[in-house]
Amino acid sequence: MPTTASPAQPFADVTASDSTLRRFLHGLPGVDAVGLEARAASLGTRSIKTTAKAYAIDLAISMVDLTTLEGADTPGKVRALGAKAVHPDPTDRATPATAAVCVYPDMVATAKEAVAGSGVKVASVATAFPAGRAALGVKLADVRDAVAAGADEIDMVIDRGAFLSGKYLKVYDEIVAVKEACGTSARLKVIFETGELSTYDNIRRASWLGMIAGADFIKTSTGKVAVNATPANTLLMLEAVRDFRAQTGVQIGVKPAGGIRTTKDAIKFLVLVNETAGEDWLDNHWFRFGASSLLNDLLMQRQKLATGRYSGPDYVTVD
Amino acid sequence: MASAFDYAPAPESRAVVDIAPSYGLFIDGEFTEAAAGKVFKTVSPSTEEVLSEVAQAGAEDVDRAVQAARKAFEKWSALPGSERAKYLFRIARIIQERSRELAVLETLDNGKPIKETRDADLPLVAAHFFYYAGWADKLGHAGFGTDPKPLGVAGQVIPWNFPLLMLAWKIAPALATGNTVVLKPAETTPLSALFFADICRQAGLPRGVVNILPGYGDTGAALVAHPDVNKVAFTGSTNVGKEIARTVAGTRKKLTLELGGKGANIVFDDAPIDQAVEGVVNGIFFNQGQVCCAGSRLLVQESIHDELLDSLKRRLSTLRLGDPLDKNTDIGAINSAEQLARITALAEQGEAEGAERWSPACELPGSGYWFAPTLFTNVTQAHTVARDEIFGPVLSVLTFRTPDEAVAKANNTAYGLSAGIWSEKGSRILAVAGKLRAGVVWSNTFNKFDPTSPFGGFKESGFGREGGRHGLEAYLDV
Amino acid sequence: MSDRLSVFKTYKLYVGGKFPRSESGRVYDVTDAKGKWLANAPQSSRKDARDAVVAARKAFGGWSGATAYNRGQVLYRVAEMLEGRREQFVREVADAEGLSKSKAAAVVDATIDRWVWYAGWTDKIAQVVGGANPVAGPFFNLSSPEPTGVVAVLAPRESSFLGLVSVVAPVIATGNTAVVIASEKAPLPALSLGEVLATSDVPGGVVNILSGRTAEIAAPLAAHQDVNAIDLAGADEVLAKELEIAAADNLKRVLRPQPVDYFETPGTDRLTAFLETKTVWHPTGSLGASGSSY
Repeated sequence: MPTTASPAQPFADVTASDSTLRRFLHGLPGVDAVGLEARAASLGTRSIKTTAKAYAIDLAISMVDLTTLEGADTPGKVRALGAKAVHPDPTDRATPATAAVCVYPDMVATAKEAVAGSGVKVASVATAFPAGRAALGVKLADVRDAVAAGADEIDMVIDRGAFLSGKYLKVYDEIVAVKEACGTSARLKVIFETGELSTYDNIRRASWLGMIAGADFIKTSTGKVAVNATPANTLLMLEAVRDFRAQTGVQIGVKPAGGIRTTKDAIKFLVLVNETAGEDWLDNHWFRFGASSLLNDLLMQRQKLATGRYSGPDYVTVD
Repeated sequence: MASAFDYAPAPESRAVVDIAPSYGLFIDGEFTEAAAGKVFKTVSPSTEEVLSEVAQAGAEDVDRAVQAARKAFEKWSALPGSERAKYLFRIARIIQERSRELAVLETLDNGKPIKETRDADLPLVAAHFFYYAGWADKLGHAGFGTDPKPLGVAGQVIPWNFPLLMLAWKIAPALATGNTVVLKPAETTPLSALFFADICRQAGLPRGVVNILPGYGDTGAALVAHPDVNKVAFTGSTNVGKEIARTVAGTRKKLTLELGGKGANIVFDDAPIDQAVEGVVNGIFFNQGQVCCAGSRLLVQESIHDELLDSLKRRLSTLRLGDPLDKNTDIGAINSAEQLARITALAEQGEAEGAERWSPACELPGSGYWFAPTLFTNVTQAHTVARDEIFGPVLSVLTFRTPDEAVAKANNTAYGLSAGIWSEKGSRILAVAGKLRAGVVWSNTFNKFDPTSPFGGFKESGFGREGGRHGLEAYLDV
Repeated sequence: MSDRLSVFKTYKLYVGGKFPRSESGRVYDVTDAKGKWLANAPQSSRKDARDAVVAARKAFGGWSGATAYNRGQVLYRVAEMLEGRREQFVREVADAEGLSKSKAAAVVDATIDRWVWYAGWTDKIAQVVGGANPVAGPFFNLSSPEPTGVVAVLAPRESSFLGLVSVVAPVIATGNTAVVIASEKAPLPALSLGEVLATSDVPGGVVNILSGRTAEIAAPLAAHQDVNAIDLAGADEVLAKELEIAAADNLKRVLRPQPVDYFETPGTDRLTAFLETKTVWHPTGSLGASGSSY
């Protein structure tokens, strides 16, 4: 399996200055929005039934970053989340665990305890999530804190203000600095906040920017704004990681987050992965769902496949 | 191509459609046997099973149908347009209601995937009737004078590639303008037209306004030559189109023809590459390439040829060929053994002439008529596969250096139906579009159809337009 | 067999897809041609008018952004629903306008057909009034019609159903949204039309129907800065002039009242009255013998 090595060297001349970086990013092929959305919609008509559906549901569960990112989070809440991530369905212990839990940095220690001994990872948001509006020093301290508490993964946000005002090198340098602060213990996911970037051309540019800066994962959104992950923006990011690996040999993961609520939605995303980046990405090391309520719908669908009966909220847990 | 994520079979149920063991001709509001008693079988191209036995119309039946249409024409053309409109609106709405049934039927009789009949053919059929229904009482606003008149009886001959859609393109404008019709569906796909006859009955359409005559080429020839037909409309091959033009010469019959093509899909170096790949794939593999306006020539700017071909080949390997009734099938069966033989022969010629042939790994089912998606690279204008319409899933790839050269090569054909242009630069698209001798130019898209959008060709791709306000002209005495 | 007591309908306004009473709590008597009491109708206030404009503005983005085909299907669905309620409206129109049952039936049939007429225009008007312009230079130039926005409509005073539909349907066919003031003396068919619209897939806010004293609610609508156009069909000469003066404050497009035989097939002027023409230019460059110039 390809590993994530530092891709910095082949792009050294691209990142020499703001203007060389701009020329590179703006020289990437354009995106026709109508065509992109049509392709995503067309893949959304795939009919995934029976054995294929069972495979997809279990895969999707194993890809969930079970998330709580609320001001009201408490240790109790995080412990409940962790327990659910490890044993999602009390009626069926054979249900796969989720990939990770995702919490704020000051909850990392609690989360680590809650999932100890299982394979479930602890992902922490950082860098003044979700807005990212703080000095670099503050953002890096946020990262180091989370890493020190034991986070296996860091979900950072890029500076969208810098991106939208064309200061690409600033965005790049910040990602590189955060990657450094992750050290060797934590994988880095880079959140673009696709809803704020607004155009598909921007999402393509941000994807390449993130990848050459050392992201282990590129991630659509914080889940805290109106428009989050969509089939079209995720398709675009899957094309980016596919092309990046073809060009550099380096494989990078994709995480759509926010707005994925039903099993049907999740399966559509897995179809996108399957028919765009390919089966190498059909693994939770390379693809995640940032979601909370999705898990219960996946569990209910799993129960229906197993029993033949439609399930209900009483048969899945509140976490 | 096996993947960890293997899509299980997802068949659409055949139970939604009830195909009778036999069907008659539909003349004057009733199903009847052919006068000479001839019948023929229609098969499912994906399994070769016989679907039904259908009456085959002879000259006597053609005559009877034209008479019925003539008789019905008096009252039909005298109806206020608003009443004709309401019949057509009823038909449109019934088609919408019965869409699933009709989609499955069309997939069975034609061989194309259910995904296409369900998502493309049927919605367009309903929309076409809905659009023209609204013109029936507004003809004075259409730019053809304050009170344009219909022509009379229209003889219409349609092909097998989009059976019900081609029927809609013919019948909707003809009826809206006050004409009555005798329509001959293709011999390999008669069923959806016969179901349409039933829909006419459900809608209460007066007898004789629509008549359906299944049959072979001779039935069509008899219809076209009939002295009491005022208007002839034909969609099909250029060769037959020319024959028809010769047949109506010297008569007062108005004629429109929608014939073959060898569409050029032009990809410039600044194209949105991923969407261009989708456009190229859609352009030649939609409906198994059995489309008059298929983008069967890829003209790619030489500087990006290798990159584009790599992306294209990678994309082709995700195409799923198989049972047309499976909802995940992308590529269905070829419509008939004859068509399969033609495609096979032309592809062999391509190889013989030195073009390089490539197909993705593809398992063809044991029975039925199947052809794997195929690319020919290193093709030049001199190759047969660059000039002749193959009407199958075969793409010929040529290169060009400059926009001028792209235009010259695109226009270097006797055909002129469609073209595609892929570029992020608006002025380039418009300049090239201005120079292309093609009736339909798609920019950064392909194979887009709409009842409001006129469709038809330059040069030997035919004359006349179907769709839009322009589509009314063919059926008016103007 | 005893006479069964019927259940009276409480007539409500139709605003934002819902059926509120007037915020003022007022109603007024509606009588038939002979003076017999028919019902209480809401007597709308300027605040109801204000709320209706808010609803119409909110609905405009979605409605004008829908495809013309979709709008056509929705208008046709209104005709389908009306056909089912033919008997109800024959009674209402007979009562409202003092017509015989057969004359009222002719009115209702013509009204249903009027919806069908306009359903068929949504995807054609652009082809009739728009087009490419052959400018004297290397430019692509296209004129196309766009809906103007929120249109206030004073429905005809006398023709309470056919006239009403003849002024409302063309406004919304092209993507505008409407705030309609029903005929003051015969508002009931208009209020019942709201029930039909609510069951026809017409998005809430596309048509809003107010009843009450025309002069009272027309004045704030004519002066409202977020209303783009006004149809004065239901205004008498004096009121029409006042309203046209008020409308000038934000240069609303004004359609003055005129005598109309609503049974006659309309032309396209009620469609074009509420359309703006947008003309777009784009250079085409040209291909020259000496090489591309773009």
